[in-house]
Amino acid sequence: MSEKLSLQDIILTLQHFWSKQGCMLMQSYDTEKGAGTMSPYTFLRAIGPEPWNAAYVEPSRRPADGRYGENPNRLYQHHQFQVIMKPSPANIQDLYLDSLRALGIDPNEHDIRFVEDNWENPSMGCAGVGWEVWLDGMEITQFTYFQQVGGLEVKPVASEVTYGLERLSSYIQDVNSVFDLEWAAGVKYGDIFGEPEYEHSKYSFEESNQEMLFNLFDTYEQEAKKQIKNGLVHPAYDYVLKCSHTFNLLDARGAVSVTERAGYLARIRNMAKSVAKVFVAERKKLGFPLLKDEKLRNKLLKEDK
Amino acid sequence: MSHTFLLEVGLEEIPAHVVTPSARQLKERVETFLKDQRLVFNKIDTFSTPRRLAVKITGLADKQNDIEEEAKGPAKKIALDKDGNWSKAAIGFSRGQGMSPDDIFFKELKGTEYAYVKKFIVGKTAAEVLVGIKEAVTSMIFPTMMRWGNNDFKYVRPIRWLVALLDKQVIPFSVLNVQTNRVTQGHRFLGNEVVLESAEDYPQALVTQKVIADAAERKQMIKMQIEKLAAQNNWKIVVDSDLLEEVNNLVEFPTVFAGSFAEKYLDIPDEVLITSMKDHQRFFYVLDQSDNLLPNFVSVRNGNDEHLENVVAGNEKVLTARLEDAAFFYHEDQQKTIEDYANRLKKVMFHDKIGTVYEKMERVRSLCKLLAAALDKENKLSKSEEKALDRAAQIYKFDLVTGMVGEFSELQGVMGEKYALLMGELPEVATAIREHYLPNSSDGVLPESKVGALLAIADKIDSIGAFFASGMIPTGSNDPYALRRQALGIVRITLARNWNFSADSLQKIIVQNYENEPILYKNIKPTENYDEMGAFIVERVKKLLSESKFGFDVIETASGVSNNSFVEMREAANILKSHQNDNDFKENIEALTRVLHLAKKAPNDATQKIDTSLFENEAEKDLFEAVSKIKVSGAATNSLEQLYAALGSLRPLIDNYFEKTMIMVEDEKVRANRLAQLLELSKLTQRLGKLDKLNVK
Repeated sequence: MSEKLSLQDIILTLQHFWSKQGCMLMQSYDTEKGAGTMSPYTFLRAIGPEPWNAAYVEPSRRPADGRYGENPNRLYQHHQFQVIMKPSPANIQDLYLDSLRALGIDPNEHDIRFVEDNWENPSMGCAGVGWEVWLDGMEITQFTYFQQVGGLEVKPVASEVTYGLERLSSYIQDVNSVFDLEWAAGVKYGDIFGEPEYEHSKYSFEESNQEMLFNLFDTYEQEAKKQIKNGLVHPAYDYVLKCSHTFNLLDARGAVSVTERAGYLARIRNMAKSVAKVFVAERKKLGFPLLKDEKLRNKLLKEDK
Repeated sequence: MSHTFLLEVGLEEIPAHVVTPSARQLKERVETFLKDQRLVFNKIDTFSTPRRLAVKITGLADKQNDIEEEAKGPAKKIALDKDGNWSKAAIGFSRGQGMSPDDIFFKELKGTEYAYVKKFIVGKTAAEVLVGIKEAVTSMIFPTMMRWGNNDFKYVRPIRWLVALLDKQVIPFSVLNVQTNRVTQGHRFLGNEVVLESAEDYPQALVTQKVIADAAERKQMIKMQIEKLAAQNNWKIVVDSDLLEEVNNLVEFPTVFAGSFAEKYLDIPDEVLITSMKDHQRFFYVLDQSDNLLPNFVSVRNGNDEHLENVVAGNEKVLTARLEDAAFFYHEDQQKTIEDYANRLKKVMFHDKIGTVYEKMERVRSLCKLLAAALDKENKLSKSEEKALDRAAQIYKFDLVTGMVGEFSELQGVMGEKYALLMGELPEVATAIREHYLPNSSDGVLPESKVGALLAIADKIDSIGAFFASGMIPTGSNDPYALRRQALGIVRITLARNWNFSADSLQKIIVQNYENEPILYKNIKPTENYDEMGAFIVERVKKLLSESKFGFDVIETASGVSNNSFVEMREAANILKSHQNDNDFKENIEALTRVLHLAKKAPNDATQKIDTSLFENEAEKDLFEAVSKIKVSGAATNSLEQLYAALGSLRPLIDNYFEKTMIMVEDEKVRANRLAQLLELSKLTQRLGKLDKLNVK
């Protein structure tokens, strides 16, 4: 690692690398979300029999993690580089290690471990088996074989690789605070995100209009349910995402008691599960167009709902 | 000639805690397979790393043992027709076994004669048999199983290669699309694949490719490197065996290294530093010769010592970030008062159906007063202990909302003690706050202070009571709130201190607390599921006694009366056990058991007085007087040993009584009077438990 990559060089390198492995480069999805997994490019596309290979950067908002831009490692919004490959390739671990080499991280010069970490997102009905990847003791990647998404069995199994871009970059650039990261030549992470971090923290913890947020949650939920009934999967899912983010804002504000918390999470989970089911049904109506194996396609299309 | 067989399953990284048990499981399955297949062997060695599970079988026979087997056919009377010729059934049977009726002989089985033939089965070769060892691989069961790719097959992690070598010959089978071969993989980064010429080459051939497949050897390497490092630096490196086991299963080739952190972080409590190092980073921590924590750590790299400086620097950076966080919390947490934190617990739920943590503290505080008052004279708290208990109970959960416990939840109680001292609480109060979590495992240490012990009991019995009252009763393996562990904790503390609590007295104290202060129980009603809770606690006493090697019947007997204190239950078990081999034990117990059985027929309203004028014989009178004497002499307050002796002395009187007296007579008055007399005696035996559960046959 003689010359240090900027954060945007890191993104470009990963994009270039994974596009060569057959991943489509998608763009960040334009609705707020807590993790790259919640992008429809993962959440929806992981379900059903169609193959799917994609990579994208996802800004991920976690209001409760905001620290007014004062903590060197905690952020209201961080960035994930998300790779999803379905079915999971047999050499996915090797591909991942090659991606680190592409970033100038030679495994022979470091200590890289795959440490068990099974992932779960109960609010979206998701569960998977995998590891966190340690680079010299630092967790830089979450590596998961999806087993269940939106309450449905994932078949074929999708493999998800999620790089924490700030963590990884802090290591590569050898800085102690994410705000000192170089995003592009001459521009620091703090120059771009310092102010929004402060403002979003201030907003989430002190200023947000709770009553409005409670109302919004209910409104979004009604709309999501209605569009699920209409079979309009993507608009419905957008509203599920909005519910999730609205809940996160309320939670950060301390406006949700523990009792209510479980109730809200269950409401989100139920919507996510319904959307997942409708998504598969709608893809089936379209004839699972991404499935190129004709025999399998015909077989699945004949199967009862 | 004897052979060597190697079976290696190559996997993506197995969870560290699963590696060793899985290697053992594979060995057991292979062993069972070989035995079922009658394939004799000398020894099975196991090998395991994060990426492989393997067994090497040496001294393996050429082929299965040949066997001579008798096959049973129809009964003789069916096998032979009236004229003594072979029936169709007999001919069919012998043909089915590949033989002729001439081979049939008769043998008796349970009084009937049957047709048999002797079959000689030639053993298959080892190579033929071993193809079936696939079953041992695919039938493995793991705590978490997963699917991958397009498959429905579940395993611990994806299978990436398989080696099955009988000497120099590949035994062909496949799991999914992975075919057995002679190729194994070296270290992920430092090694190459290895083509094994023979099973004999394993595991030595892997060493050059930086894989130490023998887990014990790997562990020994780590230990020796740690010792060397300790000697070089004059350190004491604390090697926790669980951590060593985990670390050993995270590496294929271990290189131990040391790192350091800034001395300023030593101001943070040791427990925080140790948790950061040990639990979060899997580091070993380091002490000086006087057991003071040093700003150093020791870890194990999965690889050799090249570029080790990168690894050291990276690990130091990660630890520093964690410690920086901890230092921040430690400082910030001290800016508020205990009352601030306690008040915040009004917003923290203990459980949705039960209420907040603050409400729990209020209940426990008044429970503590009642419990302290219920202690017998010689165990009473001093005035200062009473004060400390009340203060501790008022605040004992405050640390839950500190930043440090938010980040390091495993330090609950530990931080409570530290902060309480820093914020000016008495040491007795601070200690009780830490100790109320004890024991935190089934054989964990108990609170050392009396105040801590009482608070621990109050906290636990409140939790058990609240969950039972809300209908959240543990079933089978489902005990999400660890109520069994907490009940066991109560019993262990009580027994260790010889306190007089029983399941019944503790439950009554809860009900009393509820009646005194119903406002503290707005969501729960402690009278709900009352009996279930009593049985649940007594069940823990039984569990504890069974671990002390008491017989099943002694335990059932001694724990049979739920208002007996835990101490008395243990004492009764001891006494019964100590007399179990006495010559008169059987007779004594049989006599008393007879009384107990009949007494059950008495109306249990206790209003029936014994009327001596209704006695019709001397035996009744004699027994009555003897029992009265025991009662007057204070059998209830005497030791259980004395009670046992006194009851034993009644035996001739009881025997005589039954000889002379018919209990279930027509005359209602007389019958009731006799039953009342037996009931009185049976009540006297209750402190020894339910004697009719003793096995005296």
